Amino acid sequence: MLRVDVAKRLGEFSIEASFVSEGRVTGLFGASGAGKTSLIGMIAGLLRPDRGVVSIDGEVLDDTSMRVHVPPHRRRIGYVFQDARLFPHLSVAQNLDYGRRMNRLADDPAQRARVTDLLDIGSLLDRRPGQLSGGERQRVALGRALLSKPRLLLLDEPLGSLDEGRKTEILPYLVRLRDEASIPMVYVSHDAAEMRQLATQIVLLRHGRVTAFGGVKVLSGTDSPA
Amino acid sequence: MFELSPTEWTAIQLSLRVAAVATLVATPLGIGVAWLLARRDFWGKSVADALIHLPLVLPPVVTGYLLLLTFGRRGLVGAWLADHLGIVFAFRWTGAALACGIMSFPLLVRPIRLSIEAVDQRLEQAAGTLGAAPWRVFTTVTLPLALPGVLAGMVLGFAKAIGEFGATITFVSNIPGETQTISSAIYSLIQTPDGDTAALRLVVISTVIALAALIASEWFARRATKRLHGN
Repeated sequence: MLRVDVAKRLGEFSIEASFVSEGRVTGLFGASGAGKTSLIGMIAGLLRPDRGVVSIDGEVLDDTSMRVHVPPHRRRIGYVFQDARLFPHLSVAQNLDYGRRMNRLADDPAQRARVTDLLDIGSLLDRRPGQLSGGERQRVALGRALLSKPRLLLLDEPLGSLDEGRKTEILPYLVRLRDEASIPMVYVSHDAAEMRQLATQIVLLRHGRVTAFGGVKVLSGTDSPA
Repeated sequence: MFELSPTEWTAIQLSLRVAAVATLVATPLGIGVAWLLARRDFWGKSVADALIHLPLVLPPVVTGYLLLLTFGRRGLVGAWLADHLGIVFAFRWTGAALACGIMSFPLLVRPIRLSIEAVDQRLEQAAGTLGAAPWRVFTTVTLPLALPGVLAGMVLGFAKAIGEFGATITFVSNIPGETQTISSAIYSLIQTPDGDTAALRLVVISTVIALAALIASEWFARRATKRLHGN
């Protein structure tokens, strides 16, 4: 269970958002500039809330009243960025292995094979990120986050930087991920169609405030959020 | 003409040793300082920055004299080091290495700092979300990506250390076999009536070393860049 109740001021803009989600995929939906990235930045620990609480399954990650702030590297929350952010000096295989090494987890060839299969990246292992297409890069980033064995996976518009053709290429992988990997996810997007396909619960965000929360029905009439 | 005398040969070996030791000792320190200047804001940062660059603009003889006052046998730090740790800098080759290290430090730090600043901090964030503690982010992401700058800084610092003259001769004098580097040997030779040919030999050698250093730095940088962009 993910519980978020935070407030933060960022220059002119402010976020005051509160929701509790037990969904397998929590969709964070809103127009660009609604504060989606800042909000998951706070869940990941990359941003510190001015006030509030973030907790997962009862474990407190942020609580400003208790001065608790668990740094990102101790949260075990995977983050797939819109721009992939693969390490350019490492091969695909080394990128995939990075989280396991940093968390000092035992080598798990079965898990590695499962993830490589699921994302169809077995043929890319010896390549460098510079030699990958946008879609391939995003799949590797997804695999890299999964293999760090997170307890929650944040996906920040993972299809945002891809053209339509590439999107339809990646979307099935995300659906498979939702159905086969048992990791809860927070999926950020401004695309209602993507949300309908993936999310089990929706948090509607507008100007830094949560305006609606519930099943995918919440999305009706919001194909062009403003 | 190209037969080196023992004195010249000694000066060359000494110069290489002094510059190598100065560079190797200064590099870890330089990386630390470069990282602080590139990634941290702290009180007195601009003063620290100015202090590091001071040897670049100060007359070398002033730097040498300040070193003599501080690290000389009766200097504040020098006396303490000699009494407690038995380390003596004045009129020793180690003193030449200290002078060269300080004189070349700004040239060493600058490329490292620039290359650390050029490392995409979003990659460091990504490493954090994958479970890397800050120091491991530094050793596995920041430093490898800044490697071209580190190598360029080392080569530049080494080349500067080899050629250093003013501060070295002021601090540790010009003692053949102990503190007489290529530069001070050339200086002595051109003041000797028949020293011209010998001086010229050393001039050729120091030019070759400097050129080789520049080519090496260029080669390292190109290789590293190629490796980083992974094509």
